[in-house]
Amino acid sequence: MMVVLSKSPVGSVLALVVTLVSVSAHYIFLNAQFLAIVNIIVYAGAVMVLFLFVVMLMNLRRHPGRYHLLLTRLTGFLLGLVFLVALWMVGGRHVQGFHVDAATLHTGNSGLVGTIGQLLFSKYAFPFELTGVLFLSAILAGILLARKPASPKEKNRGPGPANPTDE
Amino acid sequence: MNTQYYVFLSLLLFAIGVMGVLTRRNAIVVFMCIELMLSAVNLLLVSFGKVRGIFERVFDAHSRAGADAQVFVLFVMVVAAAEVVVGLSVVVMVFRNTHSVDVDKLDRLKY
Repeated sequence: MMVVLSKSPVGSVLALVVTLVSVSAHYIFLNAQFLAIVNIIVYAGAVMVLFLFVVMLMNLRRHPGRYHLLLTRLTGFLLGLVFLVALWMVGGRHVQGFHVDAATLHTGNSGLVGTIGQLLFSKYAFPFELTGVLFLSAILAGILLARKPASPKEKNRGPGPANPTDE
Repeated sequence: MNTQYYVFLSLLLFAIGVMGVLTRRNAIVVFMCIELMLSAVNLLLVSFGKVRGIFERVFDAHSRAGADAQVFVLFVMVVAAAEVVVGLSVVVMVFRNTHSVDVDKLDRLKY
């Protein structure tokens, strides 16, 4: 909730880091250790550093993040609440039967690196290669978009930001 | 341990993300709320994959139940990371052009 409510974007980023770390704790509870580690490293580490970098690059102290007008704001919150209630009525009705005791949930080695790696290179080898291509195109797009434009007006603004492609 | 708690938690996270997208006007915060929604969906996917795996096979100490869902979540994370890179560079471009990250100022496409 702090992600939405925080006044400054930096506070929002930090709240999102806390949220992602707690989601990683839930992954560990669900016996998905590899995903938990990946979540912490990729999201709470790299992506959030990227967000912080962009936030601080833009120096948003001068124009702090404002809300919309009151009407838009209220409508947004109401729509969010309606969405929550609707989803809850749909979801809560259909998943009530799944009662799993904790001991069953924590056994098995489905979340270990070996299991996921074997699946990744045997059953899901083609999607894996596809994500590699996707990453390459994302890197190229990032470089292309974040490159310093060659117009003389932009020349005196110092070196352009380092391209955010260090994923 | 009831999976319904996970359903409720991820619904809550998703709804908070929706509220953030609808109410904030800072493009970066909107972007982070989208990340929040993705994370909620991942959590739901992992827990449902676990439940399905439990229903599917006999559960022993070396069972792989739920690993398929985790591979899927891994792909979702990869795609989300690529999306973050492209989206943040779009935000940087927008900031360079308009000197603000206010999404309400990006209404030039309307006219």
